Amino acid sequence: MTTAATETPLAASRTPSTLAPNRLARALIYTALILFAVYYLLPLYVMLVNSLKPLGEIRQGDMLSLPLATTVEPWLKAWSTAQIGVQPTGLKPYFMNSILMVVPAVFISTVLGALNGYVLTKWTFRGAGVVFGVMLLACFIPFQIVLIPMARMLGLLGLAGTIPGLVLVHVVYGLGFTTLFFRNYYAAFPSELVRAAQIDGASFFQIFRRILLPSSGPIIVVTVIWQFTNIWNDFLFGASFAGVDSIPVTVALNNLVSSSTGVKEYNVHFAGAIMAALPTLIVYIVSGRYFVRGLMAGAVKG
Amino acid sequence: MSFLQIIDLEKSFGNVEVLKRINLEIEEGGFLVLVGPSGCGKSTLLNTIAGLEPITAGEIRIGGRRVNELHPSKRDIAMVFQSYALYPNMTVAQNIGFGMEIRGVPKAEREAAIARVAETLQIGPLLSRKPSQLSGGQRQRVAMGRALVRDPQVFLFDEPLSNLDAKLRVDMRTEIKRLHQRMGTTIVYVTHDQIEAMTLASKIAVLKDGVLQQFGTPAEIYNNPVNTFVADFMGSPAMNLIPAKITNGSAGLALDLERGAAPPISLPLAHPPAGLVAYKGRDVIFGVRPEALTDPEGADRNAVSLAHADCFIEVVEPAGSDTFAVTHLGGKGVIARLRADANIAPGTTAPLAFNLSKSVFFDPETESRIL
Repeated sequence: MTTAATETPLAASRTPSTLAPNRLARALIYTALILFAVYYLLPLYVMLVNSLKPLGEIRQGDMLSLPLATTVEPWLKAWSTAQIGVQPTGLKPYFMNSILMVVPAVFISTVLGALNGYVLTKWTFRGAGVVFGVMLLACFIPFQIVLIPMARMLGLLGLAGTIPGLVLVHVVYGLGFTTLFFRNYYAAFPSELVRAAQIDGASFFQIFRRILLPSSGPIIVVTVIWQFTNIWNDFLFGASFAGVDSIPVTVALNNLVSSSTGVKEYNVHFAGAIMAALPTLIVYIVSGRYFVRGLMAGAVKG
Repeated sequence: MSFLQIIDLEKSFGNVEVLKRINLEIEEGGFLVLVGPSGCGKSTLLNTIAGLEPITAGEIRIGGRRVNELHPSKRDIAMVFQSYALYPNMTVAQNIGFGMEIRGVPKAEREAAIARVAETLQIGPLLSRKPSQLSGGQRQRVAMGRALVRDPQVFLFDEPLSNLDAKLRVDMRTEIKRLHQRMGTTIVYVTHDQIEAMTLASKIAVLKDGVLQQFGTPAEIYNNPVNTFVADFMGSPAMNLIPAKITNGSAGLALDLERGAAPPISLPLAHPPAGLVAYKGRDVIFGVRPEALTDPEGADRNAVSLAHADCFIEVVEPAGSDTFAVTHLGGKGVIARLRADANIAPGTTAPLAFNLSKSVFFDPETESRIL
């Protein structure tokens, strides 16, 4: 009875008489999708176009028109000479600060997350579930709640206002997420491989490095994208904990926009904003290519 | 002295006892098969021998040496896993050589050993492939190669053939037996397939719910099962276990079998087991294997105690080499194994020969054998 009921509509959809409405539905769906894509891409277009216009053209009011006299002047200014706070340095030094903060923070939190996931799935101990639950809870703690305790901790550690201090903050805050990613990934990883390696005499770290890590490509990419985007885009921790020499680019961008001397240089602001967003875009484009499926194929007969 | 000894072994997960006072031993070069239904604890027992699971109580000895506290890699064992557990990121050669690499064996020596094993298992052309590029049977061979290359004191096999298709399984079974005969290394082998157990083992241990039911040679297990569980589990088709009654016949004890509407069959017991006297007038379970219940022409001429009775044949299943006939005795379907060309038709009454010297009796309460 049930099979007959489910098969009828399937069979009907394959008959020629229903093809025409199908095609119409498809056209409607594509139209809607294209409209949404345009809608989402519009801000990027506005930013890009206006960042390449002299200020005079923007003042005329047409934000959507292409530049009449294309210029890269706003980009150069935003990068190296724009007034940020009291210094006319451009975004360059702050961009470097962000890189110095993001790279170690992403690396450390990913490695620790992978190790946590490995232990929580393959070397389980009494209370492993509770430990994981508590770590999971860390994902739900709002930034604002940890601000003051974190400031106190950084002060005690002597890391207040430094880049290593920011790295620590981001590693601690990101650990819940990275652990979650790796734990769930390794939970599906066949334990028999770990057992086989144990019989082969491999140590805790040898098993991790030789057996698990080489098969972790997809989840490493996911974690790196997630962590990189979050840490690069973070504003609150940067604004709260950074010193004069460790301000990340997001905070600097805010300072650039709010500290104009008299004239609002929209083209420079647009250029600066794109610049600040560029690394996350690049990470998506580059690592997406390594998002290879089926790395595990053949390990275990499923 | 036994080579592998398991003494009073117990294993619990929290409050759940999964293995209860297991005692087993196998001589050097023996082939021990652990067999039982899913969840009987056979794989757990194998893992405790490997050292992958700690034990709660008892002792495991390999070659007279207590290994309870030894790490799996120090027990001088090699294991073949059900899923093969080949490292997906390594080639076949790297898979086989991984253990040696970890132990720091020089590269030249390693390659010689890999080549030797590849030769034995005929996997030479596969050495540079990844596991994902291999078929099921090839993966199976590589998994065995990884175990062989260690040249261990004991091989542990955890249901190694269960992922192969039926034909390949039979081929690999023969191959494992051949390997064992050639190398003479002690093997412990877990399976839920009683045919694998019968064909491979020099000793079989039947487990159920973490309790060792019977431990003995395949012939002992097959011919003298200690209880109805073992009787039912070993053999295909399974042993017929028929409710019956012991009565006083004209010449000593007799066995009464219900036949539905027809009057019961009474079979004279020429050589009943001594313990059966106490069951006079009481119910027992009569165990007879299908091959001990045949057409009169196909019956064993040398049988000490044969009895004939007419039975109503419900179904006939020709299987090529034999013909199986289903009749109804004691309220249960009973399978008889007849010659392939036996002249028998469903819906008729035909004489069947009971080989009573190959039959066993069980107590219906305890389900233990009556001896």
